[in-house]
Amino acid sequence: MKPLREVGILGFGGYVPMYRIKDEEIANVWNAQTSGLPVIEKAVPSQDEDVFTMSYEAAKNAIARAKISPNLIRAVFVGTESKPYAVKPTGSMLVTSLGLDNRSLAAEYEFACKAGTEAFQSAIALVGSGMLEYSMAIGADIAQGRPGDELEFTSGAGAAAFIFSKKSKETVAFLEHSVSYVSDTPDFWRRQGQKYPQHAGRFTGEPAYFNHIISSVKTLFEETGLKPSDFSYAVFHQPNTKFPLRVGEILGFPPEKIKPGLLSPVVGNAYAGIVPLGLSATLEVAKPNERILVASFGSGAGSDAFSFVTQEALEEKKNLAPLVSDYIKRKKYVSYVTYALYKGKIPR
Amino acid sequence: MSESVPRYWREIKIRERLIGSKCEDCGRITFPPRKVCPYCRSRKLTEVELPKKGKLLSYSVVRKPPAEFEKYAPYVIGIITLENGVNVISQLTDIDLKDVKIGMELEGVLRKYREEGEEGLIHYGIKFRPRIK
Ligand SMILES: [Zn+2]
Repeated sequence: MKPLREVGILGFGGYVPMYRIKDEEIANVWNAQTSGLPVIEKAVPSQDEDVFTMSYEAAKNAIARAKISPNLIRAVFVGTESKPYAVKPTGSMLVTSLGLDNRSLAAEYEFACKAGTEAFQSAIALVGSGMLEYSMAIGADIAQGRPGDELEFTSGAGAAAFIFSKKSKETVAFLEHSVSYVSDTPDFWRRQGQKYPQHAGRFTGEPAYFNHIISSVKTLFEETGLKPSDFSYAVFHQPNTKFPLRVGEILGFPPEKIKPGLLSPVVGNAYAGIVPLGLSATLEVAKPNERILVASFGSGAGSDAFSFVTQEALEEKKNLAPLVSDYIKRKKYVSYVTYALYKGKIPR
Repeated sequence: MSESVPRYWREIKIRERLIGSKCEDCGRITFPPRKVCPYCRSRKLTEVELPKKGKLLSYSVVRKPPAEFEKYAPYVIGIITLENGVNVISQLTDIDLKDVKIGMELEGVLRKYREEGEEGLIHYGIKFRPRIK
């Protein structure tokens, strides 16, 4: 897919909460093996944080890099599966808290871990069609996993926001092409009113994660004529450390092109937030005129793939807000008990 | 419906954006905003968004807070001198009690203040944390 007029990223910003828990600590609590854990550690939000507050901070960082008055942004889409209210849009809360114009479009996107990139597609389309000049898409989640479930070893937290405008000298990267690919695949779900998701164990790998990402990326290659060697970086969805490296290997991307955006080993899987966060981290190390492949995955299932090409403005704009790496360095370890308390797993 | 909804709704912008009032006559800024300037009694006041960066002027540790704030205890309430010289009172976050120091550089972030039980509204506002960059 390609919009009528060329669209670029005007500003971007990430956010990772300060607290961390090591997978080893979780394994010790459940008497599980401490070898071969899926990630090293994961981000734990403070008790006073949720998807609204994390989105706010990511958006503030994106606005600082966009260098525009926030009231010019006329659409806010939040992709998440852990919004604070079941009914009451986070988007409208952001419009007020960020000082955006009330004449704005605001909505939530839901599609498990690819909700963030779904929000990208819609935000890009509004600018690309000329309906709006500036739009914002956010991916943010505080991932939930039942205590003792294997998801608990990876369920992380984080957010990233992207402001889109028409391609110009001010944009840090422009969109070259995108693909969305979906099918009914029951790998992971959560019924209405349930707190924790269910998943189909090993079924989540081949037919779900690998099939959908490979399909979206191969379609992108076919439609553009691009090949892996044309890309300097690749950001894949990262439910653990292994899957993104493995899908990269299958598609022809060596680990060094994936690692700048591979955050799950130190942040955990921040669901809809992790691919946008991985893209932010990649932009922070990229140089102008480099191509970045982005491919999300959402259970249920689907994948959005994008090709972005970085521009000159990236160099100057990188340092206008805290970097994802600043947030990753800022960390304080907590015990399992504190973690359980913070995540509301212990009734009080 | 909770009794506090109308009041909360009126104050959302003040709490989440740190909106104060600026006196057109004497030029002084007050937070929270007022209808009458406390310095010169003028009624010509306009809304201004306050800067979110400042320094800790003074603080107090709250160990036994009202029930709805209990889960955050112990926490720190500080007086923060913002970049424009205005003092605001706010809760500190992302900090251990032992690390709180007068004069430390802080920045405002949006956080949850309290929840009206499991079913009610969630109240948000600006808190201050050690500056990241
Ligand atoms: Zn006055």
